[in-house]
Amino acid sequence: MNPIPAAQVSRVKDITEVEVKPEVKVEIQSLSFFYGRNQVLRNVSLDVPAYQVTAMIGPSGCGKTTLLRCLNRMHDLYPGNRYEGSVRLHPGGTDILGPGMDPIRVRMRFGMVFQKPNPFPKSIYENVAYGLRLQGMNKRRDLDERVEKALRESALWDEVKSRLHQLAHNLSGGQQQRLCIARAIATDPDVVLFDEPTSALDPIATSKIEELIVEMKKRVTVIIVTHNLQQAGRISDRTAFMYLGELIEFGETNRLFTNPAKPQTEDYISGRFG
Amino acid sequence: MLASQNLRKQEARASRRRSIDRWFGRIGFLVTLGTLGVLAILLLNLAANGLTRIDWQFLLSFPSRRAAEAGILSAWVGTILLMMVTASVAVPLGVAAGIYLEEYAPKNKWTDFVEINISNLAGVPSILYGLMALGLFVYQFRFGQSILAGGLALACLVLPIVIVATREALRTIPASIREGAFALGATRWQAVWHHLLPYSTGGIATGVILAMSRAIGESAPLITIGALTFIAFLPPAPILAHAPFISFDWLFSPFTALPIQMFNWVSRPGEEFQSNAAAAGLFLMLITLSMNGAAILLRRHAQRNIKW
Repeated sequence: MNPIPAAQVSRVKDITEVEVKPEVKVEIQSLSFFYGRNQVLRNVSLDVPAYQVTAMIGPSGCGKTTLLRCLNRMHDLYPGNRYEGSVRLHPGGTDILGPGMDPIRVRMRFGMVFQKPNPFPKSIYENVAYGLRLQGMNKRRDLDERVEKALRESALWDEVKSRLHQLAHNLSGGQQQRLCIARAIATDPDVVLFDEPTSALDPIATSKIEELIVEMKKRVTVIIVTHNLQQAGRISDRTAFMYLGELIEFGETNRLFTNPAKPQTEDYISGRFG
Repeated sequence: MLASQNLRKQEARASRRRSIDRWFGRIGFLVTLGTLGVLAILLLNLAANGLTRIDWQFLLSFPSRRAAEAGILSAWVGTILLMMVTASVAVPLGVAAGIYLEEYAPKNKWTDFVEINISNLAGVPSILYGLMALGLFVYQFRFGQSILAGGLALACLVLPIVIVATREALRTIPASIREGAFALGATRWQAVWHHLLPYSTGGIATGVILAMSRAIGESAPLITIGALTFIAFLPPAPILAHAPFISFDWLFSPFTALPIQMFNWVSRPGEEFQSNAAAAGLFLMLITLSMNGAAILLRRHAQRNIKW
């Protein structure tokens, strides 16, 4: 359907083990984040490649979720938070932390899927249509089309097509999470952020979500925070290891897991702490 | 040996804990029964004295010097008009204040201060609201001893109840729902309007009904602002047969209300007026109880489709 993006082609490198610089989607430059006087992120710089899955791993409290929530300015919802540094969204290179940048515009380009499925207590259809409605889409026919597309892309269409107007809460947990994915991708965001999306799900629902994420990268850039190292290994192209608010190591997932460059990374992935 | 002794000791302790548990249940049951009993006796007593008095004549007659000809027409019409004024002031103000405090206001010393004082306002004796209304609405704003002044006084009285109910209803909505809406690019207002208000309508409406049933039984503030106790006419009609079809003259009409009518009859000598008072009380009780019943049904109905 979509033309194959350049980054897809360059994935041949995995076999040849030649580092080809992929197109950068999100360029994080010396990002620090403060919660009140408490510094949670320290000078993090990271280039998130386009049309790939980038995983963020690290022990609890290392700042990976905080980093993720910087990218769609979720921290702006709560008082006492401060960003330093810049996060540039390519192509274009606008700094989403820059002065005058409206967090609402940022959030329309970064979809987000949360730890626990959080569908609105509305119908399946209305859940998916909500982001589109916010962006001003009103015509029934356009909405129908986009809702169906999003539900197909989140592998939920066949399960729900006969009951689109029933409440979303009648779905199982795994279905609800796929609905939240549909809701996040319906508006065609540039990047989709996943915050431990399978931590509340059983193994079968988890594997469906994982398949979906791998499939999704044809169309969007994915950043996923996960506690589950196997999950990072299974689905991500690149992995960032964070510890105590700092980015310790960032690289191709296979390389990072088999041949970590930093001793902390090795300790963490071999289960010595975390 | 030692193990089995330990086991027996634990068993004894467990049975003691169970019996405390059981006794608390029994005592609680008796206390509840006692409270309900008082309410039942009250209702039965009112019914015994007043039930026979309630008929169309009673509902459709003005007060009269002759107890048998007296009725509560001006009282219940007054009560309904008062409630219209009260609701149309207290609901928008209270819900808006609740939304502001819960969703918009920063958490600092100033909002803490406002918050504490809203709870304080809920505890202010109703007669003080009456005095304030007398000074402010009756004299300062020159509304007179009117339905408008009375309705505003009652609105002030129940405003804290509406604010607190709104905040509590909003607080039951998990943060993940708000974040879900914000993550899609909703503004705060859109999150409130599309999600938070619809999901908390049941709770808010319940609070509003409870507030109204509190206001409907109040007499002190109305007496303070000078509601009349003997009114043999109805306020001007709000709907006219000719242009402009709607009239607000009724807002400035003198009025009486059910609790005041009842108070007036109770303070008269004579057996017949006592039974009139009981009948008016019974009628008021029925209204209040059915409002509370409606609140419960509404809450159930609204929460049927909402799970988190």
